[in-house]
Amino acid sequence: MKAPSLTEKNRPEDEVSFVQSAAMLIRSMPLLVRLCACWTVVVLLVAISADFISPYSYSQLDLLARLNPPVFWGGSSDHWLGTDELGRDVMSRLFHSVRISLLVAFISTLLSATVGVLMGFAAAHFRGWVEQLVLTLVDFQASMPFMIIALAVLAFFGNTLVLFIALMGFYGWERSARIARGLTIAANEQGYAAAVYDLGASPWRVYLLHILPNIASTLIVSITLTFPEVILLESGLSFLGLGVQPPMTSLGNMVGYGREYLQTAPWILLAPSMFIVVTTFSVSMLGDWLRDRLDPTLN
Amino acid sequence: MMRFLLIRFFRGLLTLFLVLSFAFLILRSTGDPAMLIMSADAPPEALEAFRKGWGLDAPLWQQYVGYFKNLANGHFGYSMRDKSPAMDLVLARIPATLTLALPAFALKLLIGISAGVYAALHRNTWIDRLLISISIAGYTMPSFVLGLVLVLVFAVGLGWLPSGGDATWQHAILPVITLSLGGAAVLARFTRSAMLEVMGQPYIRTASAKGLVWHRVVLHHAMPNAAIPTLTVIGFMIGSLIAGAVVVESVFSWPGVGRLLVTSVANRDLAVVQSLLLLVATTMVTANLVVDILYGWIDPRVRTGQAGQGKTV
Amino acid sequence: MTTLLQVQTLSKHFQVRVPEGWRQRKATLRAVDGISFDLQAGQTLGLVGESGCGKTTTARLVLGLTAATQGQVLFNGQPVESQRDATWRAQRQNMQMVYQNPLGALDRRLNVISQVLEPLLIHGLGDALSRTEQAQDLMDSMGLPKPLWYRYPHELSGGQRQRVVLSRALILKPSLLVCDEPVSALDVSIQAQVINLLQDVQERLGVASLFISHDLKVVRQVSDQVAVMYLGHIVEQAPPNQLFSEPLHPYSQALVSSVPSLWQGQNQKRQILQGDPPSPLSLQSGCVFQNRCPHAQSICRQVKPSLTRLNPERHVACHLFAENPRLSGAPMEVRS
Repeated sequence: MKAPSLTEKNRPEDEVSFVQSAAMLIRSMPLLVRLCACWTVVVLLVAISADFISPYSYSQLDLLARLNPPVFWGGSSDHWLGTDELGRDVMSRLFHSVRISLLVAFISTLLSATVGVLMGFAAAHFRGWVEQLVLTLVDFQASMPFMIIALAVLAFFGNTLVLFIALMGFYGWERSARIARGLTIAANEQGYAAAVYDLGASPWRVYLLHILPNIASTLIVSITLTFPEVILLESGLSFLGLGVQPPMTSLGNMVGYGREYLQTAPWILLAPSMFIVVTTFSVSMLGDWLRDRLDPTLN
Repeated sequence: MMRFLLIRFFRGLLTLFLVLSFAFLILRSTGDPAMLIMSADAPPEALEAFRKGWGLDAPLWQQYVGYFKNLANGHFGYSMRDKSPAMDLVLARIPATLTLALPAFALKLLIGISAGVYAALHRNTWIDRLLISISIAGYTMPSFVLGLVLVLVFAVGLGWLPSGGDATWQHAILPVITLSLGGAAVLARFTRSAMLEVMGQPYIRTASAKGLVWHRVVLHHAMPNAAIPTLTVIGFMIGSLIAGAVVVESVFSWPGVGRLLVTSVANRDLAVVQSLLLLVATTMVTANLVVDILYGWIDPRVRTGQAGQGKTV
Repeated sequence: MTTLLQVQTLSKHFQVRVPEGWRQRKATLRAVDGISFDLQAGQTLGLVGESGCGKTTTARLVLGLTAATQGQVLFNGQPVESQRDATWRAQRQNMQMVYQNPLGALDRRLNVISQVLEPLLIHGLGDALSRTEQAQDLMDSMGLPKPLWYRYPHELSGGQRQRVVLSRALILKPSLLVCDEPVSALDVSIQAQVINLLQDVQERLGVASLFISHDLKVVRQVSDQVAVMYLGHIVEQAPPNQLFSEPLHPYSQALVSSVPSLWQGQNQKRQILQGDPPSPLSLQSGCVFQNRCPHAQSICRQVKPSLTRLNPERHVACHLFAENPRLSGAPMEVRS
């Protein structure tokens, strides 16, 4: 007996083009979120094209033009955002700092997400002592302020960029782990994963083809919210002089070194500070909006 | 309830144990601990005594045990810069940090909770929206930026307050404000959503339908229930207070524990760092335990053992 | 007729902790306690009982999804594995389960045809083209026409979803299908469709079925034999017509009398059971039904009645019918 079919949509014609769905997405954003999305795109572009758009090299000295104010503050148009104590162009340094800070943040976030998801899967899959171990580690990570752990590691191991990024990669893994573990347990116990296991699928298949796609949206939201926090963490550590080391420059770095000139040349630290604040704000707002959008449809 | 507390207590001990083991492992992998912990030109007898005390010629697990024995006996090592016992240095700085941390904590609670409750009660008005935006700005702004901006405005620009050091009580104003605002923003947001969730519950409508005056409903029914999830956040806040102190003390050149940590890390003064780690870990564990106790006291479900039975998911 | 499935004194005990004042007491939850039955190829055994009587646990034990505490399950003479290794996975081709909640059993992100053919992919049968064809043919014959194939689970109705789950279970042509409350979540009108479909499929493919439900009317329609479970024990087993017209065990009598039916006269009163069902945690000696049984005698409190064979088709576990107490619970056969 033929079951009555639902509205006769023919599937292939249903597909909307990429441009159309992007447009729909943008239209659904409130104004503030739209602005934040724009700013995020701008920041990404700056980071990628730092070499091309910088008028000067970020380490180029010009001892005759030290501590020049920005162009809107009485300075020359040679240096739109002024120069620092060694005559280096603040704007060029800013662009490069953005690149480095974003790079660190991206790699770290990816690392922490990967580690977290793997640990979460392991806990949910093996249960027993493995799960207890993972939960203890999660507890441990969540109970100590990360900055303190980071400082301890930096003290003991010294500081190279690779080490620093690896260290940042441990920030926030416990959130991904918790999410992955919780959702996997639910899927395994009562849901689709249990059914596919019963069909005879191997665990690899279940995790990669079924569970991961299903938890992806929750994970992405969590990652989007962790990303700005990593930026803040890195800036904080660099500000203290313990993060990205010269000659490399990061946003926190600039603020830290510009601090001495707070009274005489505040633009040195104001430009990167403003960047940090606006960027983390934008990404946080985007993440919030994403979460609000995805949550109702999740269940 | 007792069972719950005991579990938590042992978990706390476990965390402490893990932190110390972590420190041990790292110390061992960076070179001769005796040389590192004590200064390079300490008298050879002292170095030898330290090594013996640590049993550095013994197998690793014996050293591990010895390490803990040393800690239990109060041998925390010597600062490389100061040549004085590391733990004493640390303890000496605690009052300075508390001078900032305690008022900041109180301020956080005050501002955060009242703002959150107010926003919840006046949902979707312009005040609510303003508060939400401010709170988002609050936690996305790093404390060092906030501190520097405040210094720029109030110290450099207006000249009302000093910019650094700890000479008078006025020196404490800006640091305390900087320290409290970030956490207050998070707390406000959280309190708001906790309150909103509670206010939507049927028992609140029942309470006001019974004829209770509105502010009684809020004070006696809504807020205590909203306090339960808020408590967990407060536990986190203590952690972020410590982390925040590190940055704020550096911005304002305040001679507290946080500043000591930064300088010790920069100088790789490992004994001091280790002692600080221990201090922070103990504080966190104690704070979490207190939060758990309060939790159990406020939430009757925990007391009767129905919540937190250890059931996963 | 070959005996496809043999269940022999199967038990599943769980160790649990029961809150008791300050502390917690360790107790044993006897979900399934020493049951035995056989199933012939192509036959359907209906398993009925209240919630918590152990029906689902039995299903999971039969399929090897849980390890038994005692006893064993033989499928085609071979013991059923419960370790999830490669052998176990290979065994999946012969026995499948249909679940109560069709939406939960399907991956919401994949279209239904890819889920129907997935078992073929998992076991490496055929190539991409033949797999798709098989899935299409099967879905057609299950009343799922072409426009539905590329839909997502949440875009289908409950009845359609259950057909998808059924198709997925049947595409490997298993010889045993375990259905755990397959229609309970569906509207009554759809239930009839799906039941008819199941019977149809059984006839065509010769699939044996273990049909679990708390709904007596449905079980009556599909089963060749019905087993009544109470607190982890089988208390009566009989062909459906005999069971429904003449239930022997006091529990079966109460169950049957609760079903309004054309066959009951006006005078027949409903039997209402007194007392609460005891928890499967508490250990009592004697019959599990003693607390609610209107005919309980002193022997019922001391000795547990074993499943006695009254005739080749009827078995009862009750002291009222135990003429030969020395008969131990020999495995019975389900014959049509």
